[in-house]
Amino acid sequence: MAHASIPAISLTGLIKNYSVGDLSLPVLKGISLEIEEGEFVAIMGASGSGKSTLMNIIGCLDRPSAGRYLLAGHDVSRSSRKELARTRNQLLGFVFQSFNLLARTSAIENVALPLVYSGVGSRERVARARAALERVGLAERMNHSPNQLSGGQQQRVAIARALVNRPKIILADEPTGNLDSQMSLEIMALFQELGRSGITLVLVTHEPDIATYASRVVLLKDGRVASDGRQPQAWAQAQAQAPAPERGVSP
Amino acid sequence: MNLLQTFRVAIWALWRNKLRSFLTTLGVIIGVAAVIAVVAIGAGARANVEQSFTAMGTNLLVVMSGSTTAGGVRGGFGSQPTLTSDDLQAIQGEVSSVRMAAPLLRVNASLASDDQNWTTQVSGTTSEYFELRDWPIASGLSFTSSDIDGQTKVVILGRTVADKLYGAGADPTGQSLRIHDVPFEIIGVLGAKGQSSTGQDYDDVAFVPVSTFRSKIQGGLGNLLAGVIFVQATSNEAVGAAQSSVAALLRDRHHLEVGADDDFSIRNLVEVAHAQEQGTQTLTTLLSAIAAVSLLVGGIGIMNIMLVSVTERTREIGLRMAVGAEPQHILGQFLVEAFTLSCLGGALGVVLGIGVAARLASHFGWPVLISPQIVVIAVLFSALVGMGFGLYPAHKASRLDPIVALRYE
Repeated sequence: MAHASIPAISLTGLIKNYSVGDLSLPVLKGISLEIEEGEFVAIMGASGSGKSTLMNIIGCLDRPSAGRYLLAGHDVSRSSRKELARTRNQLLGFVFQSFNLLARTSAIENVALPLVYSGVGSRERVARARAALERVGLAERMNHSPNQLSGGQQQRVAIARALVNRPKIILADEPTGNLDSQMSLEIMALFQELGRSGITLVLVTHEPDIATYASRVVLLKDGRVASDGRQPQAWAQAQAQAPAPERGVSP
Repeated sequence: MNLLQTFRVAIWALWRNKLRSFLTTLGVIIGVAAVIAVVAIGAGARANVEQSFTAMGTNLLVVMSGSTTAGGVRGGFGSQPTLTSDDLQAIQGEVSSVRMAAPLLRVNASLASDDQNWTTQVSGTTSEYFELRDWPIASGLSFTSSDIDGQTKVVILGRTVADKLYGAGADPTGQSLRIHDVPFEIIGVLGAKGQSSTGQDYDDVAFVPVSTFRSKIQGGLGNLLAGVIFVQATSNEAVGAAQSSVAALLRDRHHLEVGADDDFSIRNLVEVAHAQEQGTQTLTTLLSAIAAVSLLVGGIGIMNIMLVSVTERTREIGLRMAVGAEPQHILGQFLVEAFTLSCLGGALGVVLGIGVAARLASHFGWPVLISPQIVVIAVLFSALVGMGFGLYPAHKASRLDPIVALRYE
């Protein structure tokens, strides 16, 4: 890879405080983490561990209170809202637990949405959206609206949307949280395939089974990195003995 | 992302919610339609009034004989003839602001053709009368000066009388008829003038020379004129001057002392027309103001629905932001949505308003007068209302925090 020397994500001493009235509530208490280009990383942690907050900052939806965040070598910790929007559009792709597709809107138009905001012409939008849908195996259903698709298919449309602008990094926040196990398998297989094609994947989950698909697992606890392992199989087996993590929405 | 794309996104978002979009615009549709219909109806009514006053003649004064008091009973205007033929000559010759004057003496009489008869108003006048009433003779000729001076037994018929005596559309010029059993030759038929504002048929009338009228139809008053004198001023501005000059002249000729009441009266038809016109104008302005308020209410309706729409589409906004929409894109989208809604509403309102105006105008028999300025103003105003009231919801949407918006249930 051409830029293998520059990490896709580089976090140094990242701190995030939320102010509740006069109180300042620390959520992230100094996280340093480097993710190389092409890595498939799962971020795990209990509810309240700060994994969602970390995800929002990595996804340029939020800014850290202190510390530095280099995204593909560019410091985005102090970017304006507008700059962050551009960064999300150009470098990042999002996959959400609840799919977040636009209702009453065809799959292909949903997929093409990010291209609208990067000023791509309509003909090229259609071509690229179709290509992205083919990549997730939904080419025949591109004119279906979300309510005509199964949950797994909807999530594939969302993945195609994340891919369409050729991002450096795809961020997936509990992508299988609303899917049954069969569909979860299909979606995770798709993620693995994407990972092999060289795209950087960051996955937030609380399910150890899902985390086993990643090549690296980062465990957060109380706003700090508790463990960072590159042997996920062994790690997951160890976790399986622990009490089952609760399902639910993190704060 | 350019303006065209912003428009596409907005129109597409509206299209996804067709019914709601339509209901949102309903207020603006009704507001614009009301403004256009009211103004058009007002203009139509005004044109109608103007038309009936133009039909009466322009820049006219009517001089009537004065009232008399006999045994404590005060007669109305004209109850005692005080105007004379010499007064008429003097008005015509001595007042510079008077273009022409004509007498009009009236009596009801029965006219008989060979096989029909018809009772109508027979008037004695001069050829100037047709000129100052702007009433052309459709076929035949007007009175000549020898007719006026020589008591010739000739008659000019109004259209209605010709129709009644000789059949619709007939031209009886050259035939003869009898008035009070005196034979008259028909020398002309007047063009149709229609109805007065009070519904009186102007065309149900027959004219004979004033000298003939006095000798053959209603005599016995000597030099006095048992009727009125129509006076036309030289211009619209000269009407007032003509009125005071004629009054001064008549007072002088009738030897009225200072302080004595006029023994005649002068009606200014221009003033009557103005008063009627002003009445219509006031009503139109009032109704337009009410219609404009309804347009404003329509704008507030757009704001309400846009606010609901922003709340309802919070997740959509969050998602758009996540995939790269800048705050200004979101602002633009909602502004353009509001703008498009109000413009569409304005356009539909124009169509509806013109339809309603046309229906009402045909119902009342008025001309349909859609003023292009009002259409443009109404549409521009509705677009402005949409933008104005869309600004707050759009600003609210653009300030949303994407994280909160994405999680919004």
